[in-house]
Amino acid sequence: MKSWLTTTDHKRIGLLYFWTAFGFFLLGGLEALVIRAQLAKPEGIGVSAEFYNQMFTMHGTTMVFLALMPLSAAFFNFIIPLQIGARDVAFPRLNAFSYWVFLLGGLFINASFLAGPLFGADRLSVAPDGGWFGYANLTSKQFSPGPNIDFWLLGLQILGIASLAAGFNFIVTILNMRAPGMKMLRLPAFSWMTLVTQFLVITAFPVITVALVLLMFDRFFGTHFFIPAGGGDPILWQHLFWLFGHPEVYILILPAMGIVSEVLPTFSRKPLFGYTVVVYSGVLIGFMGWGVWSHHMFAAGLGPIADSVFSATTMLIAVPTGVKIFNWIATLWGGQLRFPTAMLFALGFVSMFIIGGLSGVSHGSPPADLQQTDTYYVVAHIHYVLFGGTMLGLFAGMYYWWPKMTGRQLSETLGKWHFWLTFVGMNLAFFPMHFSGLLGMPRRIYTYGAELGVTGFNVVSTIGAFLIGAATLVFFVNLLRTRRHGAPAGNDPWGGATLEWAIPSPPPVYNFTVIPQVASRLPLWRTERQAPMAPLPLTPPAPIHVPGGSWWPMFTAFGLPVMAIGALSHQVWLVLVGVAVVITGIYRWAYEPFEV
Amino acid sequence: MSQGSVYFDAVPLLLVALLLALAGCGGSFPQSTLAPKSDFSAAIDSLFTSIFWWAVVVFVIVEGLLLFAIVRYRARAGGREPKPTHGHTALEIGWTLAPALILVFIAVPTMRTIFATAGHAPEGALRVEVVGHQWWWEYRYPALGITAVNELHLPVGTPVQLDMTSADVIHSFWVPGLGGKRDLTQGRTNRIAFRPDSTGEFWGQCAEFCGASHANMRLRVFVQADTAFDAWVAQQRIAPSPAPRGSPAEHGRQVFARSACIACHTIAGVSRGTIAPDLTHVGGRTTIAGGLFPNTAESLRRWITNAPSLKPGAQMPPQVLSDADLTAVVAYLQSLR
Repeated sequence: MKSWLTTTDHKRIGLLYFWTAFGFFLLGGLEALVIRAQLAKPEGIGVSAEFYNQMFTMHGTTMVFLALMPLSAAFFNFIIPLQIGARDVAFPRLNAFSYWVFLLGGLFINASFLAGPLFGADRLSVAPDGGWFGYANLTSKQFSPGPNIDFWLLGLQILGIASLAAGFNFIVTILNMRAPGMKMLRLPAFSWMTLVTQFLVITAFPVITVALVLLMFDRFFGTHFFIPAGGGDPILWQHLFWLFGHPEVYILILPAMGIVSEVLPTFSRKPLFGYTVVVYSGVLIGFMGWGVWSHHMFAAGLGPIADSVFSATTMLIAVPTGVKIFNWIATLWGGQLRFPTAMLFALGFVSMFIIGGLSGVSHGSPPADLQQTDTYYVVAHIHYVLFGGTMLGLFAGMYYWWPKMTGRQLSETLGKWHFWLTFVGMNLAFFPMHFSGLLGMPRRIYTYGAELGVTGFNVVSTIGAFLIGAATLVFFVNLLRTRRHGAPAGNDPWGGATLEWAIPSPPPVYNFTVIPQVASRLPLWRTERQAPMAPLPLTPPAPIHVPGGSWWPMFTAFGLPVMAIGALSHQVWLVLVGVAVVITGIYRWAYEPFEV
Repeated sequence: MSQGSVYFDAVPLLLVALLLALAGCGGSFPQSTLAPKSDFSAAIDSLFTSIFWWAVVVFVIVEGLLLFAIVRYRARAGGREPKPTHGHTALEIGWTLAPALILVFIAVPTMRTIFATAGHAPEGALRVEVVGHQWWWEYRYPALGITAVNELHLPVGTPVQLDMTSADVIHSFWVPGLGGKRDLTQGRTNRIAFRPDSTGEFWGQCAEFCGASHANMRLRVFVQADTAFDAWVAQQRIAPSPAPRGSPAEHGRQVFARSACIACHTIAGVSRGTIAPDLTHVGGRTTIAGGLFPNTAESLRRWITNAPSLKPGAQMPPQVLSDADLTAVVAYLQSLR
């Protein structure tokens, strides 16, 4: 127990990230099922407007910040040091700090579900309810007087710290800790996409932090940054939020693209086609992701010039995305394809992401978007991108790397059930939303009239959503069952090309007995010029230093929710206690002996 | 497993067929974006149609290639180790240029439509000021000197310009049959312009999440022939004639005038509240409560008795009235045509 609380081992932190994020994923899924149950019938099944608004707000917030990002982070943590031939990340204690801050931030924001009585309200009544996008001026004190929005803005600030700390950590790790011979263009595609993602994290999160701080000032200290009656501008919030929010979309999708770029070559027995083009496309998407934010605001009335420019940049971003898809298909071309569950999910990613990309082009056109935005058509789009894309990609990663992470393989039989239920379920859930949207169903409505004519589509969507729920339960059973019944994985169950497959599963605490010398992009495969890397010695020839455990990352992290609770309850002394905890923690951390 | 993968892309295609069939027997769609009845919505529809067909072409080609690769290159017993191809420059250039070229065919009509639908109506257009409230719509016709609530009346064939703003949070005015949506933001004026090309009743609703009753902020637009529209305007300009002495409606007027109603509602000649919808001509509307309920005596009774239970967050408090008074007030409101 203590060893897990104080761990600085990237592999253990990766597993902690995985299980925590998976728990939040189940919670976010449950929220989605409440939404779908309510919409299965015109006039609903009795979910109140207030509760429904909390459900869709927390579904979005949870899936983006507490499920998809940290599930990616589970792989960053576990896999990146192994892929680049390192013993750990650059800053192991900072890594532990990121995890604890993420966990506490997630718990803080979800504690709002139970906190009602502390504010003289019912349970399940003070969770955030302003949408995951939190548009001003609905979030102002005047229109949202309860603590709901405070939970949201403080929780997101805490989570931002976790993301920023991890972002810097992984940039330094990938740039500085590569094994000798691993030039940047020998870096595995997943590590490359992680690097791009982390640059987006460290540049995008400060933007939303600024927005959240301004909102906090408006709500706590009576400033008017976003309040038109006081000379502020609610549109400013939209610019700041989407200036963060669009890079965030790529923060969510690029890691999954990286995973797919690992899985497809392994199961095609071919190198990634056009590796450099795929890498540069990812980098280009990272840059271009900064120039498209106003396409979320075509209905806000920014004028024809702005709409035209942002439409053009938005359409341009389809080009590098298309290039990636063509390169993935070319990777399959001429291969010897095997179809374990990991491969099915990776192919599912490609086929579903195409649909999400194409609907994306249709609302990249501002006039068309004026009919589509804020309708179920856009709900369909984001779910094809973030579920059909990111989530299927992450599932591919789970089946691909779970043997490496635990030493045991997931059941292929349950895996296939999981895949097909998910694949059919997601298409049933999300495809009809294109129709309900085009036929006039706005999003974020807790009720609709039967006369709208969209009941049939909603019934199908709800059936699909529950199928996804069933599929996720199958996966959960598979995860638990594997602990005892999974077949031993060995070093390399798939015949992978990258360094993580050169070491035992699960890897020893020091990862590599000796740091490998890398001579090719595919060190474990025979290429035209290179023989496969020689096996590493079974035992380390010399003692290996690994960082010891530390309490201080967790201790420091605890200061942040204390500060947030102080702010929430307007108790300045409690905020100061939190500050003192953080400062003490950092001080003790800084002077902790290097060897433990 | 390989034969299983064959079904990969058949699933969405089958779904399309299934759903189209489902849509076919679903009856009418009063809020559809696919039945344009104005120049604005028609321009969007033709643009979307062309984007849709481009998307279908790309979908079929790309998913077809993917499916072909999955079937054709599945591992076979005794298959040889694949050739380790690393890339192909000409191919890369080709599949960079091809999507870029298709996007040109989408971008050019897009830009044209953006400027054609930028919200500037020609001279002589009917100007209506739209104000969004949590959770109802107010329409002022400055040239005609009238105000309407939730139900917008427009003459067919006449260009219209809506100047839109909000009294509180951000809303979005959306009537799919007549055009795209635009946000209403306090402190700004956004415009849309269009020319309705056929008479009829059009449904719409708020599209920007605006709080508890966002789902209940609905609206209707009645596009009318000139004579019908002029008659409606004429009726809006005059206060309804007072009810005869001793009638239930006359009693209802007295109850209204001594109740809390007058603090928020305007009825010309009776009260001057400005927070809530103007009720001067409430009896002439087809719906109440932001398009939620048909304007019947029964709905009015339930609404007056306990509005927040019917529309979450509604600011009108439950009214405690005797049964006789309630009946009288309902009769009075219904008489206000």
